[in-house]
Amino acid sequence: MTHRDALEVLAARRGEHVVITTMGSVALWPQLSDSPLDFHYLPSSMGQGVPLGLGLCLARPGRGVVVLCGDGGLLMNLGCLVTAAQFTVPLYVLLIDNGLYEVTGGQAVAGAGRTDFAALARGAGFARVYEARDRAAWEAVAETALAGTGPVFVWLKVDGERGKPTPSAPRPMGEQIERLRAALQPKA
Amino acid sequence: MPNPNEIVSALVAAGFTHLVWIPDSHLGTWEPVLAGSPLAPIRVCREGEAVGVAIGLLLGGAKPLVAIQCTGFFEAGDAVRNAVHDMKLPLKLLVGVRGARAAKAGTGRDNCPHFAQRLVDAWELPHAHFDPAEANANLSAALATLTQAGPRVLLWSE
Repeated sequence: MTHRDALEVLAARRGEHVVITTMGSVALWPQLSDSPLDFHYLPSSMGQGVPLGLGLCLARPGRGVVVLCGDGGLLMNLGCLVTAAQFTVPLYVLLIDNGLYEVTGGQAVAGAGRTDFAALARGAGFARVYEARDRAAWEAVAETALAGTGPVFVWLKVDGERGKPTPSAPRPMGEQIERLRAALQPKA
Repeated sequence: MPNPNEIVSALVAAGFTHLVWIPDSHLGTWEPVLAGSPLAPIRVCREGEAVGVAIGLLLGGAKPLVAIQCTGFFEAGDAVRNAVHDMKLPLKLLVGVRGARAAKAGTGRDNCPHFAQRLVDAWELPHAHFDPAEANANLSAALATLTQAGPRVLLWSE
């Protein structure tokens, strides 16, 4: 499964969820979606995507929030899984695991190919954990994984790709924040 | 010195909707009161993560306060930089400064007060100092500095 495959499956099923992108997903997601409920967390502090998503869930109870994070970022902040698992919130953590620091040129992350992220999520307290190593497997569980209460952890194993351009968000941060906040306002 | 009931009541009165924290031996004394308050704490595992949660809360329209010890504030520098300077968010931090009272009395060896001051300066964070043990300590006035527009840090002497 390519990174783009993984995001295409999400794009067809994201509904009214907020989608937070980080790192390599920032480059791909705008090719698939331009919803005001998209938030490209760039510039970012690496590893803070899941905490950001949790904060949004807590501020806006009932609103589904999908966080697209990479393995490199998640490894910088594994404790965030323990934190998120304390709450009953519709937070959907989609781990794009390519084994690489893609944005910096494709260097291997620690433990590439050996880390059992599903076990880490379960051990942290996630009750709903899914795994997919190809597009068909992801398509088979996506509808279920992206619905209902959470938090939910989805481990998506994707092909490592090198030589991709450094991502940039399609809008300045200030504009993104205003757009997202407006979209989160209750409709009259 | 204000007791935990007075402190938590003042935090609620200041308008904070969420408290994201990692307690130390001083902040931790507030826990029993926080548990039954509207500011039931959001417990995180590391201080940078506390800032990440606060970013999400701020994007969602809430008014969070991050309460951490200065040692964790040192660790959280990149997350603070991102929230305040990349995202221009009005991040509010209450930072317990370990050893501050001893340093003021000239009896401390802890380097935390030295570096806490230098790091809020380095990160260009508007800040104020508060020592709850001072005879004329004004808690409401100290918390009022946190509610001013933009990012703010209250360095809380321990």
